[in-house]
This record gives sequence, C-alpha cells and structure tokens, in this order.
Amino acid sequence: MDKRIGSLSLVNIERVKSRGALAVVESRVLIFLKYIPALISTAVANPFLYLVAVGIGVGKLINAHSGGVDGVKYLTFLAPALLSTAAIQNAMDEVVFPTLEGFKWNKSFFAMNATPISGKQIANGVLLAAMSRVLFSVVVYGTIIFLFGGFSSARAWFAIPTALVAGAAFGAFIMGITAWTKNDDNFFMVLNRFIMMPLFLFSGTFYQLSSIPIYLRWIGWLSPLWHTTELGRFLTYGHHISVVMFFVHCGFLIAMFTFGITFAHRQFERRLSK
Amino acid sequence: MSNNEVLIVARQLSKRYGDFTAVNGIDFEVYKGESFGFLGPNGAGKSTIMRIISATLTRSGGEITILGKDPEKFGPEIKAHLGVVPQADNLDQALTVEENLYIYGRYFGLSKNFIRNKIEELLDFAQLVDKRSAKVEALSGGMKRRLTIARALVSEPEILMLDEPTTGLDPQARHILWDRLFRLKEQGVTLLITTHYMDEAEQLCDRLIVMDKGSIMAEDSPAGLIKKFSTKEVLEVRFGSDRNAAVAPELSQMVERTEVLPDRILMYADDGEDLLHQLNQKGLHPLTSLVRRSSLEDVFLRLTGRTLIE
Repeated sequence: MDKRIGSLSLVNIERVKSRGALAVVESRVLIFLKYIPALISTAVANPFLYLVAVGIGVGKLINAHSGGVDGVKYLTFLAPALLSTAAIQNAMDEVVFPTLEGFKWNKSFFAMNATPISGKQIANGVLLAAMSRVLFSVVVYGTIIFLFGGFSSARAWFAIPTALVAGAAFGAFIMGITAWTKNDDNFFMVLNRFIMMPLFLFSGTFYQLSSIPIYLRWIGWLSPLWHTTELGRFLTYGHHISVVMFFVHCGFLIAMFTFGITFAHRQFERRLSK
Repeated sequence: MSNNEVLIVARQLSKRYGDFTAVNGIDFEVYKGESFGFLGPNGAGKSTIMRIISATLTRSGGEITILGKDPEKFGPEIKAHLGVVPQADNLDQALTVEENLYIYGRYFGLSKNFIRNKIEELLDFAQLVDKRSAKVEALSGGMKRRLTIARALVSEPEILMLDEPTTGLDPQARHILWDRLFRLKEQGVTLLITTHYMDEAEQLCDRLIVMDKGSIMAEDSPAGLIKKFSTKEVLEVRFGSDRNAAVAPELSQMVERTEVLPDRILMYADDGEDLLHQLNQKGLHPLTSLVRRSSLEDVFLRLTGRTLIE
C-alpha cells in the first residue's frame, strides 16, 4: 500500500450501474455454496416425500376410484401444482430471509448501498438469486416426477417455466412486503400459516378449484398458485381453459410481478435512505 | 493539508426530521490529504453529516458537493470514490474474512484478479492474515473494525469515512487502529472522522469542527482550538461533594475561568502548579488535586457548558 491512486481509475461506474445486481447475486451464491448439502437434500427429499405420500398414495386411490382427475392420471394433474408450490415456497424462503437479514439482522444491504450499488439493484439481485435456487429446485422436482412416471408426454416439462413464473411473481411481491414490514418478530410464522397454507390448500392444488365451495374460491383467484397451475395444466396435458381465462391468468401473474418488483424497489430505496 | 484541492464543500447544509433539526445550516470544507474530524457528543449531528456525504441520506437544505458533484444527483459516482466505515459493523456474518473483502470489491465492479491481489495487501494491512478463513462472528471487536476498514479500502478510495471508529473498543485495540489510520494518512488518504473522544480527535485530526446540537461551535486544528478556547493547563481539585459548591466562589476569584462539575472543580491557568501553590497558601486544601494539559474536552466544556461524554 505504498501508493493510493484513488478510485477513479479503478471503478467503472457504467459497469456497476448496468451489472451491479449481478454482484448481489454473487454474494448470495457465495452463501448458497456453504449450504450445498442442505440445498440438495431439501430439493430431493421434499418432492420425494410428497410424491410418495400424495402423488402415489392418494393418487392410487383416486385413479382406482375414478380413473384420475380432469381426464388424466392424478400425478399428471398434480405435477404443475406441485412444481408451482415448490417454486413459491423456495422463492419465499430466498427473499424473506435475506431481506430481513440485509435490513435488520446484519445490515448487509447498508454495506452494499455504501458502494455504487443502488437499492433497486440490491432488490433485483436478491430476487435473481432466489430465482436461481427456484430453478434448481423445480428442475430437480420435475426430474423426480418424471422418474415417478408423472409426466405423460414431453410437453409436461412446460410445468417448469410456469412454476418459474409463479416463483418470480410471488417472490417479487413477498420481497416488497418483507422490506415494508417493520416488525419481523412473527413475520415468517404469519406468512407461513396465514398466506402459504391457505394458498396451498385452496388454489386448486389437489383438486379443481371449481370443486370447492364458492365462498372459498376467491383464495384461489387471488393466488398466483392457481393461475400458474391452470396455465401449467393447460400446457402440460391440454386442460381446458377459455381464451379469456388464458389472458386473465397471464395478466394476473404479470400484474403481480410488476406490482411486486415496483413496490420492492420503492421499499428498498426508502429503507436504505432513512 | 497537503495541498489546497478542495474535495468537499458544504454551505448552509441542514437536515430536519419533522420538528427536529439534526444539522442546522453548517459550512465546512475538506481538503485533499487532510484528516478532518467532527467532534461532538452523541446526537450532535455527526453521523447525519456523514450519511449526507456518503450519498445515503438526502439533505433538507443548503448545498454540498463531494469532488465537485451533488450527492443527490450523482450518488453512485460519488460512492465510487468513498470508503465507508459505519458506526456499527455491517460485515456479512455468513462469510469469511477473505470473502467479505472479495464480495465488497465485486460491489465496486472490480475484477476478480485485481481483488485477489488486493486481498493479500489488505489482510496484511489489517493484521488479519491468520484469520483469512475465519468466519466474521469468530473475530474480536477490534478485528471486526479493522476488517471493516480494510473492506472500505478495497476500491482504493480517495476519501475514507470513519464514523466513531473506536467506540466500544478496548484501549489496546484502539491504539492498533489509530496506528493503521496514521499509516493511511501518511499515504495521503483523506480521512473524515466523527468521534466523541477528544483523545481520538487530538491524535488523528489535522483539523476539526466541534459540533453540538447540529451546529458548529468552532473550527480549527486541535492545538489551535485549545489555544483559542482554553488555557495551557488545568488544575482539577476535589474538596468532597459537599464542599465543592461552597468553595467554588472563592476559587473563581483566583482565575479567569472555573468549571464546577458534580465531582470536581476545574481551574484554568497557564501554570497549574503555581495555582495549586496559591490555593495551599490561602489555606484551601483540596482532598485531591491534578495538574494537566488542556484538552479538547475543555474546549467543548467552554463552548457548550457540557462535557462530551455524559
């Protein structure tokens, strides 16, 4: 350290402005790398248990009783919903925890923001990193469903992109809410019990939304899970949806993502400049 | 001041939160290569100024430029030239010492090769070579501070900003840290330091402003401030908590300035020993007495009527 030449010649500000979010992704990946065994075992064990219990166990009963659901084997019916659920769950874990940590627990977002990286870039980076974990999980999940014989044709793989859309829309939305929340004491618990569980149960995951009472169906209508599951079923085995509903599903997911990421950007910028 | 290039200029800078005024229309300049301090008690507005300079807080009024640019318009550009050491360490707890340095360099868009070489230099500078693979949570307070400073240097900043750099550290850790900061100063890094420790301000700052309640009370070098606002020496006497107040009027007759604190009386004089001799001759025998050199604490007491650490 004999000479200090100042940062002018070192920092390429245009590069940081255009690619700063990727540095945030890199920081998340450094952390992922420390948990590889845990990441892999949850990515494999969760689907495996679910498929054995619900897909195969319950599926056997249903297939024997009524020859499947919606004209296909129960596992084929279930696959897009399971993948979307996994995507949503993973996206939530990977945006909520780092966001709480970054703002409150170890304030790492403030450290990032002391560099040329902006609040928006931090939010984008966190979401992108979360999506890389989502991609990994749903590909593993999809492969396991495939091995269990749940994919009746090649188009069944379309369930993976629809799951990614679910993860992105929900992840962006939850990231905004997490950055906005002041009190994180019971945040995870509330989110899991009052948002995740109802979404999972009442979004037409295990049966079609039309088969539950009308006064519960609104949960599905507001749930990204239902919208992606419908799209997923349409794409993977030709489940019937009208043209209008196709655009409603796409529109809902785009709107949720857009609102979520815009809200997250605002909350990140605001909290960092308080 | 190594030369006269001005890096930071503030004019009538202010920050209000609702009815509360954190910074009240202050003016100052920071020159290249100098070590500039903000001295004042907690709540004086020091950290607020630091955050405005580091482009993470918007001002309510006045003007400020850093390297000729307005931080509200050129946040990322200005941040590219700053190394920021916040009051509370915000290192990434999940990462190792080395990884913390690496990823911080990446935030500045630096190449992996450059950072790898830089890490060796910084670990050496921060005396953390043996700890390179340790997790942050395993480090002592002093090590964490040194790592935070090393991290701030990864981009070779023009200005290093240190907010209360040694608060919470034990004396030995403070001296190690001061030594490191001296080295940076010798290399020509401009240092911006906030502190409520007068010894730290005296040790590290070429020039400082004394702040209280968001306003500047005085500005000069530490020696200049002491010369301007205090005498050469101070005689501290204790007569016991009951008698201090009773003898105070008599003592104040003997010198131009006295300060009556809850536990002791400070008497300002150019020759403390001589003053003590006079006290004894008058038959005023304090329980304890101490003659010391005037410090910035005395300057602050003079300017505000309060002590720095309350």
